[in-house]
Amino acid sequence: MKYLDEFSNPELARKLLDRIHEATTRPWAIMEVCGGQTHSIIRHGIDQLLPEQIEMIHGPGCPVCVTPLEIIDKALEIAARPGVIFCSFGDMLRVPGSSADLFRIKSAGGDVRVVYSPLDALKLARENPDRQVVFFGIGFETTAPANAMTVYQARRLGIENFSLLVSHVLVPPAIAAIMEAPTCRVQAFLAAGHVCSVMGTGEYPPLAEKYAVPIVVTGFEPLDILEGVRRTVMQLESGRHQVENAYPRAVLADGNPAAKAMLSNVFEVTDRTWRGIGMIPASGWRLSDAYREFDAEARFDVASIRTAESAVCRSGEVLQGLIKPNECAAFGRECTPRNPLGATMVSSEGACAAYYLYRRLDLVAAPRG
Amino acid sequence: MVNLLPGPIEAEGWVCPAPLRDSPTIVMGHGGGGALTAELVAHLFLPSFGPAAADAGLGDSAVVSVGGARLAFSTDSYVVKPMFFPGGSIGDLAVNGTVNDLSMAGARPLVLSTGFILSEGTRLADLARVAEAMGRAAQAAGVRLVTGDTKVVDAGSGDGVFVNTSGIGLIGDGVDIRPERARPGDVVIVSGDIGVHGVAVLSCREGLEFGTEVRSDTAPLGGLVAEMLATGADVHVLRDPTRGGVAASLNEIATAAGVGVEITERALPIPQAVRDACGLLGLDPLYVANEGKLLAFVAPDDADRVLAAMRGHEHGRDATVIGTCVDAHPGMLVARTGLGGTRVIDLPLGEQLPRIC
Amino acid sequence: MCLAVPGRVLTREERDGTTMAEVDFGGVRKDVCCQYIPDVETGDYVIVHVGFAIQRLDEESATATLDSFERLGILEEEFGDGFALAARQAGVPQVGPPRQTAQHGEKPQGTAQPETTS
Repeated sequence: MKYLDEFSNPELARKLLDRIHEATTRPWAIMEVCGGQTHSIIRHGIDQLLPEQIEMIHGPGCPVCVTPLEIIDKALEIAARPGVIFCSFGDMLRVPGSSADLFRIKSAGGDVRVVYSPLDALKLARENPDRQVVFFGIGFETTAPANAMTVYQARRLGIENFSLLVSHVLVPPAIAAIMEAPTCRVQAFLAAGHVCSVMGTGEYPPLAEKYAVPIVVTGFEPLDILEGVRRTVMQLESGRHQVENAYPRAVLADGNPAAKAMLSNVFEVTDRTWRGIGMIPASGWRLSDAYREFDAEARFDVASIRTAESAVCRSGEVLQGLIKPNECAAFGRECTPRNPLGATMVSSEGACAAYYLYRRLDLVAAPRG
Repeated sequence: MVNLLPGPIEAEGWVCPAPLRDSPTIVMGHGGGGALTAELVAHLFLPSFGPAAADAGLGDSAVVSVGGARLAFSTDSYVVKPMFFPGGSIGDLAVNGTVNDLSMAGARPLVLSTGFILSEGTRLADLARVAEAMGRAAQAAGVRLVTGDTKVVDAGSGDGVFVNTSGIGLIGDGVDIRPERARPGDVVIVSGDIGVHGVAVLSCREGLEFGTEVRSDTAPLGGLVAEMLATGADVHVLRDPTRGGVAASLNEIATAAGVGVEITERALPIPQAVRDACGLLGLDPLYVANEGKLLAFVAPDDADRVLAAMRGHEHGRDATVIGTCVDAHPGMLVARTGLGGTRVIDLPLGEQLPRIC
Repeated sequence: MCLAVPGRVLTREERDGTTMAEVDFGGVRKDVCCQYIPDVETGDYVIVHVGFAIQRLDEESATATLDSFERLGILEEEFGDGFALAARQAGVPQVGPPRQTAQHGEKPQGTAQPETTS
């Protein structure tokens, strides 16, 4: 793909790695916020190639990992109802609720469908006027515009049998919450590039200032990640803490004004519980009053559900970078990718799942390089 | 393949070493060809079928000796949706799939049975297309469709056409091809481009449709295998990487033989169109299904000979070396990434799903 | 949250009052909602996430970024470490971490150059 493949060039990666190695004189802990960045780092083996002193802490920017347990349980309840077509991104199908997951609901007869875009769900609603079509609207600011437009379209086109189960989460409050934790070790952030494509970079300078952390807006391809790390290390080594845009081809300071306008029309800020972390004030979006009729939680009157998180799961501490996955007693024992206790072991970029693969390789001491 | 338990176990309570996930019902992942399928076989089927079931081997085909001849016997069921996709149909898969399973044991495929389970309401025109495809595929593969069965189920119970084909092939003297024979030092060869079939099918699946030129690579591989064996080379393993892709097959072979496998990502022949489709949906080409392709583990001294023979055949023109078998990390598949890092490539859990993250 | 890929707009049309485009991702084509890029034109590159164009891709910026990566280390190669240069010329394969010209904590010898932040 043009403007994608070039950013995996190994020779240029080598140059960036050389610069990083030369510049690094001390240990640094850098958090990459976005799950997509974590995925890229692991998939390309980038954290093995960085200097040993640089520790990449995998952040909570993975909607699979942080969607509140209560919402998952509500999704499962709705999906199990007859007459409902429950549509979701593929990421969510294996996430464990209190006692089941969407795959299990599907096997019990629920009509659960994977779609690429919320617009596919809207199309299903038009084609199946006698069914209730629900879309699982999870994600960060990157995905919210898609969900917003879909609901807006549903209203405009009078598609009444469509609703949205909303669980959007926001990055800046998460960064603040992470930095407020007393045991926080994070010294810098790679901000999520595509979140900033939508929202711009304006929310980050106050955070960089308040917590004295460099925040570098970073993309997702190997060269983008390396450049983000390089600029971060340069700042850390020289004691600076500024916001930098290392992804200028896709991020403008003001973001996407049309998208932001739609977001403020369709959504409003709300407190949100992040699974494993806890309640972070004003860290989520829900449908605004004007669009409440499309809210699946209201439409299906899903009663307050008793949630039961695994007692041993420590994914919250992992998500904040407070412990490493292998420091959890359940890691690799009761909790494995096949039998996940928490979301960080389910997601392909969850820190626990990633660690699980690496630890196995370390244990059998494979030759490297 | 997977460690067998010492004896049959109670169906009520699963026990160690690797208990099934706590699920009383089948989920889609059980059909994915990955870890869940393996568990189902090891913990539910094999203990009931008796110890002899595993003796026939856990490769693509069973090898049974009958009156001095060695036969390969294989079965497979086809439930693909949609039934018709760019480059083929469920009919092509049903014939080529079983033909190839037999070929992967080094057998010459001879005869196939065909069993149909049809939902009430299936269009006859569709069924006719499937049947025609099967006839053509059988002819191209040099096999005969000799027996069959048809059942119809209620419109709500099935979803169109489900086909099972079972096949018998003859294994020549001295041919011993099975996953357990992989050895450190073996060269790992793939016969051509990967990820093609899966992308072709996904491109017309509801909810994911996208435009692409990619057409399924379904093809019979008996002729290619015959050419490879005719060189007299020491071929240890053959496997067609269908469900679960190259990743699943290499993991299974690594586990069966107790060896490690290392592949080099840059050596993988992935067509640009497959890369792009996988990039769009967030899929890894290593996990995407292939149909008319095979993996071969060949003794290092014979690799060049085999490669040359493959490249001389229409279904092996783009054959290439993708990795080696090693002593290290037995049972594990490891890839050297484009940047020089490494990553472990695990057995897929169930089906690969498009992601947004 | 962030799997978004760049593609080129082939055609653009209004459908149900929404701007839709057929976008080409190097051979794979998909319908994409471009309502958030109201002035999108055929030939433009856009970043697409779950069927929506969320931002334009600035082609000049992309090229400039790649050029800046190319230029990294140009001074290094002129004044750089002799051992490493010899190794490269001898064709000794370098994989894994790059040549270390100093232990961690020391500045590499003879490679001090101004950092060019772009």
